Amino acid sequence: MSIAERIPTTAKGRVGVLGAGVGLWALAYWVNEWLWDAVLFTGFGLDPTSRITETIHFFLYDSLKILLLLVIIIFASTVLRSFMSVERTRAFLGGKREGVGNILAAGLGVITPFCSCSAVPAFIGFVAAGVPIGVTMSFLIASPLVNEIAIGLLLTLFGWQITALYVVSGLTIAIGAGWILGRLHVERWVEPFVFDVRLGGQVIDPSLGLTFGQRMQMGVEEVKTLLAKIWIYLLVGIGLGALIHGWAPTDFFATYAGADNPFGVLIAVLIGVPLYSNAAGVMPLVVALFDKGLPMGTLLAFMMAVVALSLPEMILLRRVLRPQLLAIFIATTGLGIIAVGYLFNAILA
Amino acid sequence: MNIKILGPGCRNCVNLTKAATTAVRQLGLDATIEKVEDYAAIAGYGVMSTPALVINDKVVVSGRVPTLAEVRTLLSSAAV
Repeated sequence: MSIAERIPTTAKGRVGVLGAGVGLWALAYWVNEWLWDAVLFTGFGLDPTSRITETIHFFLYDSLKILLLLVIIIFASTVLRSFMSVERTRAFLGGKREGVGNILAAGLGVITPFCSCSAVPAFIGFVAAGVPIGVTMSFLIASPLVNEIAIGLLLTLFGWQITALYVVSGLTIAIGAGWILGRLHVERWVEPFVFDVRLGGQVIDPSLGLTFGQRMQMGVEEVKTLLAKIWIYLLVGIGLGALIHGWAPTDFFATYAGADNPFGVLIAVLIGVPLYSNAAGVMPLVVALFDKGLPMGTLLAFMMAVVALSLPEMILLRRVLRPQLLAIFIATTGLGIIAVGYLFNAILA
Repeated sequence: MNIKILGPGCRNCVNLTKAATTAVRQLGLDATIEKVEDYAAIAGYGVMSTPALVINDKVVVSGRVPTLAEVRTLLSSAAV
């Protein structure tokens, strides 16, 4: 029996189920604080002051903590975003001019549920509805760049100021890069077949007509599929974070990649672009490196480079975009991320 | 009955195909299941979010993977 059928249909029952879920979650989060002390120090009798024990403790504690945070972030954002859809976004964007259109597209890119495997059908749909290419690109850049998992984790780990800086700068990059692409008249580098496609049939809006149970089900399914997909990045990220936390000399990174190194951001972005990971996998590294004195601008630029530009999405988009356009897309987004990194290092210094 | 699964072949499309195949077998329907991976053809159905389930040339689900129970309901109501 699916979750949708098991969830009570009365308002009272629904509140009960959600309340019980939140309660269980809070209990697990609270237990995590002392569970590993009990297991490692009391249970196995390990020395709490030894560096190896400390690294293991950090790894176990962080793994459970980030896992719990991810469950609630993915679930909540999936349920909330089930009220939005690419179809609805397209209806909003249809007939909008460039400029206003870019701003709107970037904002909608953040809140619209969107999987990169839908990038090509969405691109075709937008173009067929007369949405300008630059505006469409603003949507496609913002969607992975301003990532809901990154927002949730930054909010809990670094507070709202850093989160706001991340969101605003991500949106600015998406708006700016899309606008520049529009000015360059990149239509000539879109595969011609795109302009011949006519949207047929009756467009179905996936956000409509869902029951409460179905939206809950979507949240649970998304938690399962996403965790199954990213757990390895997560473990590698937390493992590296634990090693850096326990073993890297305090000033090691600050000396070589600190705010006074003019190439710090550039190097971080160059490392980040080819790295194919996930915001959840990168965040434990960001926390560990921040503790070791790396500036926030460099770290945000690194994270953005990892999530915004990924090889699999480029390969998909190659079906509709010529290499010239892909190159300009990567260059403008990459330069935007580098600029944001330097700007933040200057502001936050 | 003619069933089509629209999508470029990602994990979601595979899951939907699996659900449709199982539902057809459980209901004992006489149906053909066809995968549509061509982007122009997908757009021809008005679909912008994959995967999508098409029964007798009518889009019934798009942008999510329905549960097996839901696919069964959709198939049996189309079979009447």
